[in-house]
Amino acid sequence: MTTIALLLITGLGLGALYFLIAAGLSLIWGLMRVLNFAHGAFFTVAAYAGWSAANAAGGAPVGVRWLIAVLVAVIVGAVFATLTEVLLIRPLYARHVGQVLVTVGLSLATISLVQGGFGSDPQTFALPSWMTATTNVIGANVPNTRLLVIAVAALVFALLLFFLRRTRFGLIVRAGVENRAMVQALGIDVQRAFTLVFAIGGAAAGLAGMLAATYYGTIDPGRGTSMLIFAFIVVIIGGLGSVTGSAVAAIVVGVIQQFLNYYATGIGDFSVVLLLAIVLLFRPGGFSGTTT
Amino acid sequence: MAIGVAVAIVVFAALPFAGITIPGIFDGPLNGPGTLNLLGLCFVFGALALTYDLVFGYVGLLSFGHALYFATGVYVTAIALARWHWSLPAALALTAVVSVLLPLALGAICLRMRDIPFAMVTLAFAQAGSILVMQNPFGLTGGEEGLALGGDTLPAALVGVVNTRNVYWMALVLLIVVYAIAWRAVNSPPGRVWQAIRENERRVNVLGLNPYLYKLGAFVLSAFLASATGVVYLLLQGGANPQVTTADFTLALLVMVVLGGVGTLWGAVLGGVLYEYLDFRLIALANTTGVKDLPALLRVPLSEPLFLLGVLFIVLVLFVPGGLGGALRRRFGAALGGSP
Repeated sequence: MTTIALLLITGLGLGALYFLIAAGLSLIWGLMRVLNFAHGAFFTVAAYAGWSAANAAGGAPVGVRWLIAVLVAVIVGAVFATLTEVLLIRPLYARHVGQVLVTVGLSLATISLVQGGFGSDPQTFALPSWMTATTNVIGANVPNTRLLVIAVAALVFALLLFFLRRTRFGLIVRAGVENRAMVQALGIDVQRAFTLVFAIGGAAAGLAGMLAATYYGTIDPGRGTSMLIFAFIVVIIGGLGSVTGSAVAAIVVGVIQQFLNYYATGIGDFSVVLLLAIVLLFRPGGFSGTTT
Repeated sequence: MAIGVAVAIVVFAALPFAGITIPGIFDGPLNGPGTLNLLGLCFVFGALALTYDLVFGYVGLLSFGHALYFATGVYVTAIALARWHWSLPAALALTAVVSVLLPLALGAICLRMRDIPFAMVTLAFAQAGSILVMQNPFGLTGGEEGLALGGDTLPAALVGVVNTRNVYWMALVLLIVVYAIAWRAVNSPPGRVWQAIRENERRVNVLGLNPYLYKLGAFVLSAFLASATGVVYLLLQGGANPQVTTADFTLALLVMVVLGGVGTLWGAVLGGVLYEYLDFRLIALANTTGVKDLPALLRVPLSEPLFLLGVLFIVLVLFVPGGLGGALRRRFGAALGGSP
């Protein structure tokens, strides 16, 4: 029971990280039909920016440094993503493969630059003491970082839903996912929605970068890419363009991965890919059911 | 054109007998083992880029899992030779069977998706392969350390520095054979259907052909040829390393093909050869004193080959959409052939 509770919560924490990456990817894809390979680079660059900021604020208490790191990561993620959209994606309007290729190049270049600048070894990261402590949940000693990650992701999920369902921009984004040509025909500037969605996706990826550093206790240049691949799986299983679908799929993928990895390392990762194959065979459109 | 190719083949085939040095381009004499090994790798990557261009450039399938099939050739052969101590022909036979069945099964699933979802799914399967290799199941793959071929696992003619030239010739033959098969394939009736699918899949369907089967055929052929290049890579390197299973490796393939020019056979070969050569020379450049003495702001980017190649890649995609091949063709006209 204790083990099950621990695995469940750790799996939920992992799912929360996947969700933060996948939500942006899914919206970007839904609205712009761009497969954003640079999302892993947003994650990595933001995490290293946050880590550097926390180091620069050496004298401050650990908790403040952590907050600074998160804030810097979110801002850097959003700015990096906005610049990517404006400078690299926009000139390639309507060339979808070209857009994918540009993000691939950006991802390769930035991650190797981070690796050159900071080294490929994991860097440790100081956490406030209450985070490294554990909380007793139904008999299991769950590290507080897991609970924190889950809470933040739930908050982001709520904010995203509020944005999509209750704001004017959210309405445009939802309508654009549904039928972009029609939205344009009605005289609405979809271009601004593109930039906004990219900025939101980048901010969420930056947040995920710092939260992953909190979750694992370290940052390293390769994590963005490896998490991105599972985020892709989450996006497909959840149904492209659906934030709620991504949330459900992220939980399913995170929990399954964590449970099976407990019995044999690697089996969980493998099973997730198997799950993807099964979902594709029976529901090619993913959980949310659209077939595009 | 044909005469030029014939001359090039003869020159490269005779290279192991030429003791000349070309300073600045290659370290050491042309027939030295180091240079021959580098050239062999260039040929292998030229052939590999060609197999990738077959699915990406000719059928329009943006696969992010091509590394998996290259790695199949590398690892299945390496395991059969080094772990099970099979003879080379038996190992090759097993590899050939796996190299058809694996892409057939995975392609059948992946091709249920189109465009970008297809790309994501192929990436996921390749990642599963990478995880499998890293996990070292039953001690077969050697995990992160890879799998070295011992001297006794191969015929004597393929082992040792002295025999580098034999493996070099093998790589040259591989490139020629893969090129010939690819050329034959894209100019055959199914090859024309592939290109039609790239241009307009729905129309092909309306004309009464089943695009799914044609795509699967191209996918399996390309994967099989990629496995064949993997086998030669294994012989050149003398072992398997998990690097070739990673997503980054597939992305490198993509860079090669786009660098050379999507949708032309010789463009892809050019891209593969150039990429491998640059990758090798840029590492050497990073270790020269001129670069080492630079301030960190300049030194760090210059000593990361992947950074330079990534930037070059972005510039090409933004400003030279047809890659180097496309640029050359625009300059020298249609004499170079290939589809527009």
